[in-house]
Amino acid sequence: MEKVYLDYAATTYLDKRVLKEMSGYFTETFGNANSQHWFGREAEKAVVAARVKIAGLINCKPNEIYFTSGGTEADNWAVRGAAGAYGDSGRHIITTSVEHHAIYDTCRAMEKKGYEVTYLPVKSDGIVDLEALKKALRSDTVLVSIMYANNEIGTVMPLGEAVKITGEFAKANKRRIIFHTDCVQAAGALELDVQKLGVDLMSVSAHKFYGPKGIGFLYVKNGVRLEKLMTGGFQERKMRGGTTNVPLVVGMAKALELAVSEREKNNARLKKLRDYFVKRVTGEIDRVYVNGSMEQRLPSNANLSFEFIEGESILFSLDLNGIAASSGSACSSGSLDPSHVLLALGLRIELAHGSIRFSLGKSTTKRQIDYTVECLKQTVERLRNMSPLFYQAPSVKTEV
Amino acid sequence: MYTDKVMENFKNPQNVGMVENANAVYKAGSPECGDIMEMSMRIENDVIVDIKFRTFGCAAAIASSSMATQLLKGKTVEEALKLRNDDVIKELGGLPPQKIHCSVLAEEAIKGAIESYRSQKS
Repeated sequence: MEKVYLDYAATTYLDKRVLKEMSGYFTETFGNANSQHWFGREAEKAVVAARVKIAGLINCKPNEIYFTSGGTEADNWAVRGAAGAYGDSGRHIITTSVEHHAIYDTCRAMEKKGYEVTYLPVKSDGIVDLEALKKALRSDTVLVSIMYANNEIGTVMPLGEAVKITGEFAKANKRRIIFHTDCVQAAGALELDVQKLGVDLMSVSAHKFYGPKGIGFLYVKNGVRLEKLMTGGFQERKMRGGTTNVPLVVGMAKALELAVSEREKNNARLKKLRDYFVKRVTGEIDRVYVNGSMEQRLPSNANLSFEFIEGESILFSLDLNGIAASSGSACSSGSLDPSHVLLALGLRIELAHGSIRFSLGKSTTKRQIDYTVECLKQTVERLRNMSPLFYQAPSVKTEV
Repeated sequence: MYTDKVMENFKNPQNVGMVENANAVYKAGSPECGDIMEMSMRIENDVIVDIKFRTFGCAAAIASSSMATQLLKGKTVEEALKLRNDDVIKELGGLPPQKIHCSVLAEEAIKGAIESYRSQKS
């Protein structure tokens, strides 16, 4: 059976060129980068080189990069660390209602610690409402965290404007408001120039751009204070304890380098393929809806709602045909509520239950897309023929 | 996560549709919880001579509906009322904990259908 992977937003495979770069640091240059001896110094050299490379790619200084275990740790550190460090000047955090759980659940946890959190609404196209941001900023706001690109629907947020609004408010009120952005989903597809973006903190995870899993980084602008999340050794300028994972750090730097140098080529190909996929599905299957703006969107993402049927059963049907995608349906997550992101768009609850995220990547071909469309057509028809909602819907199909 | 029996019933569900001349119909569940199960039966002399389902829901909900209809075809109304969601789970070789409610929904739909039949009769 054909195997088609359309879940690149969940994770990517490791680029072979990245693996090659990493391989020497498992068995040969295995030293602890903090050790004084030759073995340690060799490892340290690789870590320094990786840090310099990443700093160049995001346009910051090497000492503004802090390696973490991935995006979730970077997000946790940003929110807990900044809110904690600036807690004396206020206890108000602003974020959006469509953040990844790494931010969303962390903000919920901060509420239990006495912080107040404003969850900014998004418009029906999935883009954050900047007017709401203007109204939400207060004299006790210490942190604003807005994702660059959404992980479920791929919408790209107007980060530059959000930073500007926050900065102007902070200046007028003579306050320091830390601006964090979760770029886990954006990295690879969008330019991450921290000077242009103007952010104070930025989270990135390597396995979203063909790098290894279990490694990421937090960019921390010099002068921004953070409470520690991981206490321990002297690593990361005493800010994050834990033996540096040398091969993973090396791999992340290489992966980011490749992602940046091949970005335009990859984006153009993915966008063409994704648009073709969406056009075919919405043209050949009735009552399919695209979730989120098609204009301000990552080129790899297609999030579709299939009316009258439920997401998990679509996923399993596709899986039986060798196709891997993911769903915002409640049934695939174990809770009874569908995705908070889709509900934030104002989607009808049945449509939120019937949503599927297809995310394309470097190995996706047109032939795979054609195969997926054919399987989808069969799957949707089969499941709709089983659905009581399909039969009761006006002007769709009458009782036989 | 699903047993072979669940996947088999999901791939090739039995008794899909609406029974012709049904005299017992009930729809259980709601879009909010993500599952709607509609059971229809033709009951003659208190025997379920035909039973079909339509389900909006996950693979477990579809498999539970399919299994329940197979267990009940030809059974008397009294026997049908004794069917518990655990019986459906057992026949499916088990369900993941978060999917138990799918089998409960099947039990609820069956009871509702029989109730509708009895209320017409009386």
